[in-house]
Parts: sequence; C-alpha cells; structure tokens
Amino acid sequence: MSTATSVRPEAPLPAAAQPLLEVKDLVVRYGRGRKAAATPAAVDNVSFSINPGETVGLVGESGSGKSTIGKAILGLQKVSGGSITYQGKDITSAGASQRRALGGELRAVFQDPNSSLNPRNTVGSSLAEPLRLRGVNASGARQRAEDMLERVGLPREAVDRYPSQFSGGQRQRISVARALICDPKLVVCDEAVSALDLSTQAQVLNLLADLRDERGLGYLFIAHDIAVVQFLAQRVVVLYRGQVMESGPATAVTENPKHPFTQALVTASPVPRPAEQAARRQARVSLGVRTGAAATPGPGGCPFRLRCPLATDLCRDERPALRLVGGSAVACHYAS
Amino acid sequence: MIPNVAPAPADSAEPTAAAVLPQAPRQSAAKRYSGSKLLGSPASIAGVIWLAALVAASLTAPLWLPFKTEDQDFTAVLSGPTAAHWLGTDELGRDLLSRIFASAASTLGTSMITVIVAVGLGTLLAMLAAAAGERAENAISRVTEIMMSLPGTVIILAVIGAVGTNIPLIMAILGVLISAGMYRVILGQAKSLQSQLYVDAAKVDGVSTVGISLRHVLPGLTNTIVVQSALIFAVGMLIQAGLAFIGFGPPIPQPSWGGMIQGASQHVYDAPWLMVPTGAVLALTVLAANAIGNALGKSPNATASHLPSAAARRQRAKAVAAIAAATPAPEDAPKDTLSVRNLSVGVDNGVRLVTDVSFDVEPGTVLGLVGESGCGKTMTALSLLGLLPSGVSVTGGQILWNGKNLAAATDKDMEGIRGRDIALISQEPMRALDPMFTVGYQLTAAIRRLRGMGRADSKAEALSLLEKVGIVDAARILKTYPHQISGGMAQRVAIALALSGRPRLLVADEPTTALDVTVQAEILSLLRSLVKDTGMSVVMVTHDLGVVADLCDQVAVMYAGEVVENGRTDNILDNPRHPYTLALLAADPHANHAADMPERLATINGQVPQPKDWPGTCRFAARCQFAGSACLVPIPLLPSGTGDGVVRCVTADELAVDGLDWVATDVPSHHVLNLVEHRTAEKDHA
Repeated sequence: MSTATSVRPEAPLPAAAQPLLEVKDLVVRYGRGRKAAATPAAVDNVSFSINPGETVGLVGESGSGKSTIGKAILGLQKVSGGSITYQGKDITSAGASQRRALGGELRAVFQDPNSSLNPRNTVGSSLAEPLRLRGVNASGARQRAEDMLERVGLPREAVDRYPSQFSGGQRQRISVARALICDPKLVVCDEAVSALDLSTQAQVLNLLADLRDERGLGYLFIAHDIAVVQFLAQRVVVLYRGQVMESGPATAVTENPKHPFTQALVTASPVPRPAEQAARRQARVSLGVRTGAAATPGPGGCPFRLRCPLATDLCRDERPALRLVGGSAVACHYAS
Repeated sequence: MIPNVAPAPADSAEPTAAAVLPQAPRQSAAKRYSGSKLLGSPASIAGVIWLAALVAASLTAPLWLPFKTEDQDFTAVLSGPTAAHWLGTDELGRDLLSRIFASAASTLGTSMITVIVAVGLGTLLAMLAAAAGERAENAISRVTEIMMSLPGTVIILAVIGAVGTNIPLIMAILGVLISAGMYRVILGQAKSLQSQLYVDAAKVDGVSTVGISLRHVLPGLTNTIVVQSALIFAVGMLIQAGLAFIGFGPPIPQPSWGGMIQGASQHVYDAPWLMVPTGAVLALTVLAANAIGNALGKSPNATASHLPSAAARRQRAKAVAAIAAATPAPEDAPKDTLSVRNLSVGVDNGVRLVTDVSFDVEPGTVLGLVGESGCGKTMTALSLLGLLPSGVSVTGGQILWNGKNLAAATDKDMEGIRGRDIALISQEPMRALDPMFTVGYQLTAAIRRLRGMGRADSKAEALSLLEKVGIVDAARILKTYPHQISGGMAQRVAIALALSGRPRLLVADEPTTALDVTVQAEILSLLRSLVKDTGMSVVMVTHDLGVVADLCDQVAVMYAGEVVENGRTDNILDNPRHPYTLALLAADPHANHAADMPERLATINGQVPQPKDWPGTCRFAARCQFAGSACLVPIPLLPSGTGDGVVRCVTADELAVDGLDWVATDVPSHHVLNLVEHRTAEKDHA
C-alpha cells in the first residue's frame, strides 16, 4: 500500500548488542475482509527497536495508533503484517502458552488505575497471579508481593486490602508493582500517568525512573503528552494516523523538531511560564498548521498533507520515506 | 484509604502492623456486597426467612406432620381450618397442611433444576462467546435466537407426550429454553468485563482463556447470576404449578401445588377455602423469590438520585434565606464584575468542601482556578451557577453579580441568570450535547428560549454562532448528530451552545482536559478571541498550569478547599509565593526543557487530605517542606508583596528572599518514611 521503506532511526549500537525488542514494518488493521482493506490501517508500517535499559517514548494524538502498537506487542491485538521480535524470538502471534514461556519478562502498566486491578481480588492476590502461573508457591508469592509493595512505597499490609481502599496514585503504584514483580526486562507503559494529578504523576514518574536505573529496565512509554515522554525517554517516536512521522533522540525531537506535525505537537503543549507560553503560542500560529477536525486524507501520500503548511502535489502522490535530518529520522519531503 | 504510616522497625513489624492496619476480611467483595444488600430491605429479609422455613419444614416433614399425605379423613371432607386440620382438608379428606409442606421440597427442588440448567448453560455460553471473539459470539447468538423463537409450551407438551410426566426432565428442558434469555442478559456484562484492563494484564501474564473466564469474569457476574436465579426460580415454580394444574403434574396420589390448586378449582363454589392455603403458599413463595431478586439487583447508587428531592429543595431554600438574612445587601459593584466573598460550600452532613474563598473577575478577563483533584475548584465553579450536586450547598458568603447575591438566590432567580448572564462549558463536550437531536436543533432551541427569537432568525443566529467558534462548514455541522463529530468539534459546538444566551461570564470546567494538545491549543485560542471580541469574562477551572499561563489574567490556586494564593498569572507562575504553587510548578514536567530535565521531578509527600480531615492549621503544613511551628495556627490570606496578590503562608517572605526550590521528597528507599525522616534525608542529600 505504501512506498515507505523503513529506516532504522536509533543511534548506532555496539555491533554485538541485540535489541531487546524489535518492531518491524508492523501493520494492524481493524475489521475483517473487504471492510478492513478499505479503511486505512490503524498502524501502518511502523518500525522501531528498544535496547536493554532504554526508554522509547511513543507519542501522538488520539487515534494515532500508539496504544494499538503497545497492544500488539503485548499480544492483545491481532497483527496484520510485519513482525515483533523479543530478544531474537518472534512473538508476533504468540499465544498464551508462548507468553508464559517468556517468563514474565514482558509486562505492562495501563492507564486507568481503576480498571487495571480486579476490584474483587485483594492486592496480594492480583500481585501473586503472575508468580503463581510460574509455579511460585503461595507463601513465596505473598512474600514477594509484600517486598514489591514496599519497594513502590506502600506498606506491606496492603496485600490483604482491596483496590478500592487506595487512591488513584496508590493504585497506579500497585499496577507498577504488579508489572515488576516477576523481574521483567521490558515494560509497556500505556498512558501510565495520564490519569493522575500533577504531584502524584511526578511520584510515579520518579518511581519508574528509579526502577529503571535500579534494574536496567527497558520501557516503551506510550503517552499523548510530549513533556512527560521527554522526562523519561531517551528516544521518541512520533506517530500520526498510524505512521511514524519523526523518530530520534528525545532532546532532538522535543527541542528541535523537524517534522511539521512534531513542531505543531511541541508548540501546542503549554508551558507554565506566561512569557514563554506567549512566544510558543506565536510560534504555533506562525507555523500555519491547519486544524485536523475535518481532514481525512485519501490513501497514499503523506497522511499529514491536509494540515501541513509545506504540502504540495508531491505529498499527495508519494508517501515520504523516513530520512535522516539532523539527528532524527523524519518522514517529510520538505523537512530540513 | 491507607494512611501514609511509617512501618514499624522490622523486628516488631508483625504485631504493630496489625494494630495500625486492621486485617481486611478474607471473603470476596462480591459476597459481602450481596449479603449486606439482602439484609437491607424488610421484604427480602421476610423472603429469605419464608424460603428457609419452607425448605426446613418440608425436609423435616416426616418428623412433624400430623398426617401422611395420603391419609383420608372421611369425617372431615372439604372442611375449613379446624383443630385437627389447621388448614382444612380436600375433597378426599386429606390434610392440606401435610400435603402442602410435604410437596414443598419437590416443588422447590425441581424448580432449582430449571435455575441450575438455565443459569449454568446461559452463563457458560455467555462467557464462551465473550472470550472466544466475534465469530464465535455470532454463532452462539444465532443459536440462542433460534432457541428463543421456539414455542416453549409446545415443546414441553411434546416432551410430556413422548416420555410422560418426568418432572425433573421437563424442568431441565424448561431450563434449556430459558438459558437463551439468560445468555442475552449475561453476555453484555461478560463482554464488558472481558474488556477490563485487568483482563489485559492477565493475558499479558499468559493466563489461559479458561483461567481468565473463571478468575476475572465469573466473579464479576455473580451479582447478575444470583438475581436472575431468584427470578427464574419463581418462574420455574409457576410453570410447574401450571403444568400440574392442566394435569401434567406428578402421578396422582403424590401431592403437588399445581395439582392441589387444580383440585381446588373444581370446588371453587362449594368449598372456596380449599384454594386459599395452597394458593397463598405458592404466591408467598414466588413473592419471596422476587423480593430476594429485587434486593440483590438493586444498584448500589440507586438511592442517590441526580435531582434534588422536594425536601432537599425546601432545605436549600431555607439555607438560602438564612444566608440572605445573614449577609448585608450587596454594595454597589461595577457592572458584569463577579465578586466572590468568603464563599463556603458544604455537604449537608456538615463536611465543608470549600471554605472562605474570595476572588474577583473583571469584565473581559480570565480567572484560573487551579489545583489538584479534591481541592474544591469544581465545587466553587458550580456554585457560581447554582448547579451544586444534590446534598451539597452554599453554606456561607456571597457571590455578587450585577447587584444580586447569587449565593442567596432562589432556584427561580438562578433560572433567569443561567444561560443568559452566566453559562457553563464542561469537561466532556459530548455530555453537554443530547445524542438524540441534531446540533442545529439544540442550538436553535437554546437561542429561541434564551433570546426569544423566531424560527428563521434563530437558525441564522445558530449559523453565525458556529462560525464564531471557528467551524468552517457550519451549515453541514448544523445537520449532524453529536456522535458524528469529533471531540474538538463537539467542544466548539458546546461553546457555541454556551454562547447562545450571550452570557457575560463563562464558567469553563476543565474544557480542554479531554482533548488532544493540538485541539486544546485551538480551543484556548478560540476562548481568548471570544473574550477579546465580546468582553465577557471567564472562570477557568483547570489542573494544568500551562493552560493557566496561556489564557488566564488572574489565577487563584486552591488547596484543600481554600485559596492559598491569588494574583496576576505572571506574578504567581514566574514568582510563586506559596509552597504549594512552588511544588506544583516543580512537579510539572512541562516546566522543564529536555536539555535541563532533572533526574527526578519534585513531588509532594502524601496526598490532598479528605475534606473531613482538614486541620484547623495551615492545611498544607503536613506536606510542606518549609513548615515550622508558626504554621500550626490558622493562616489568613496576606498581601504577597507583588502587585495586589495575596498568599496564605507565613513563610512566603522567607521563600521570596531565599529563592528556595521545592525538591523531590520521594527519596528512593525501601521504606515509607514519615515527614521528619524525609526532611533529614533531604538535608543529607543536599
């Protein structure tokens, strides 16, 4: 469907190092049969990789396919094309037993702390579930659950309580504990702090950063808020309508964005300093990106072309390939 | 809620911990829930007692019944209640009491067969369909539709014709027929449970489909299953009695309720009493089952109705009158200036949610009310419109608007002000729009009601309003239904709707929180230009300091129900005086650039306390890095020294002089530290 070739955007690795996770030309379509072929793909030829101990941020607007990519990696979404490789093993369509065989190395923290814990089970029983599946006995699992709760800053006694007895931030800590209890190597965080208040959000972000430094975790950090991603991620992948628009080191992408969409995203994120915010607002206006409300581009070409100030006929006819501009890979014919 | 307690030293951890945190009972939440609901209503208690007594009496029948079921007493045929026969006798002189209770167990038991088959099969199919995906669900749904279209009575009569009156078999077949309906009831719930994030988490763990269904879906269905069981039980009993009535009951000498009613119906003229005992027992049993079903099915929120009751309205009217009497007539204020003076909002049980809040909003300016959730900013905003939820009311202070005190205004007065003078836009634009009507219908209806315009004029006005809020193809949008437009477009329409009465003050409750940042920027620009063009003022409730920086002229920072800092936005954000403002800014990742992003964000220890726990001292002291003994008294709002700003902090001057920073308090550690330990830890770090 497209002419895009995938460029591996990350910084050069030591030759021997194998990426922890490699997503290659991933395509996800919703629906079946003819209907699926007619609608644009939710995820369209997305490639990126995560190295051990690295945090990759996935940002985009709602409907950009960022959560779908997370779900595909976790095996919660059927993949239509491409491959997902974890430490050299193909897990593109791994079933429950194959996922069990991964030994809990691939885990997730979800957005809504209210629905990510079963309200009918005690915290201890939710935390123990993944351990019990791997043959840890009941008392051992309880012990590890208590240790993990303590590590995320909750009292050990919390094991016997129900999720409803905790605040949103505390529940998100429990979700983090659940994800980390079987010593994962990679955690997919899907909007893990979006539902939290500022100070609680900061606590959970710090916790995630501490645990990463302490255990050498890799994160796929999915968020709509580029500033939050910027705090945690070393590399950022920007998505628009299921396609990668820009990808590169976090500082380059957020401080010096090359793609018009990334520029729109960064300048639209307000900063709490009135004078600087006024300047950003001005920058956003002079950027000339059009509103996305009614713009549904046809197939082929650049998905952003109807909103883009730089768009020409070329952008309608040919999907821009990712190419290196500065430090980042940018899918734009005109970015410089 | 777990208090942020410091765990006891490891050696004595167990006993102390148990004392601090009472052990949670180890029974399932669902069970506790059902149990309390069953005992919640007198009808269901009576139902439970009746059923239990009936079963107990029936099972022990051989031990205590005065007569055998087939004993005939020809001296007392068709008698009413007598000393020997408490409930009378039938046409063969058989004791009714004995026959009713002796047959109760088999009637209830065979009805249970229906319940078990119907609920069991229905639940199994529903869980299977929910777990196996769309294709399997479609197949199962088609099969159940066929089952539901079969004439049940005909099938049962055909079975009776083929195999005779085998009651357990008939009741099992009845169960199969009912299971299709059960499947329908349970499927929706099973699907919504399947889509919960904890099910996703279990799938990531590699829990099998069966495991997920049993561990995470079935427990969530318990409530529905129990309720439906009680109802099907009653239906089964009635159908069984009906079958016996038309002659398909247990073989003749054996007693059955339906058979007894049938016998009684032949003597309805000469011995009407005969119908009474059996009929009453059957009716009571069905009622008991229904009462239990009702009690279990009652939604937990059923008592909290959205609209205030008449009593609540009277109470509010009284409170309003008291406020009006307590406060002097409003002074002469400039037109279209909102002045909130010492506003307090409280729950009817006495807990205060907002205390002593004061601020002014000049025409053509935007005030930001900012703070975390639970700080009272939404309650403050809703009180401006008289839209506080039921059970919450203004308990003191004044809301002065064009010579009126809105805090003391009656509901009728407020109806004249809402929409015309003061309008609201809410966080969820889709909730402001009725999905049943087109955008155009809703806009023109509002314009006609608020401005008294005719049909054609209102249509033209609706078009111009939509253009005003930046909608390009306004004519097309007028014809669409709310679900056909995007969230950003819906928020524009909601703003147009709010503007339809030409308000002078717009209360915006988190209007951009649910939107993408690019759309948020557009909506903020729209609000800014509306303020500039129309000269209206805006009260903007938000938790986002960036939004405040972008749009607001003035900002009131709220913490735990009170304003802790109030003044010009640039003064407060660039030079915060209150430690809470300082902390919020330090915790905000937007405040930092990627290049100088700190290793750790600053955090605030603990969380906003519950309204009932607000102390009489500085409410932030328990979480404040700079708190000292001077903070343990009530702190008034004092001039902050920058412009006309005010701040509620005794250390504010010290902060300004020292230029102190708020630092991260959640030190990486293996303990939950209390405040004092935290502070020392910070010093060590420094």
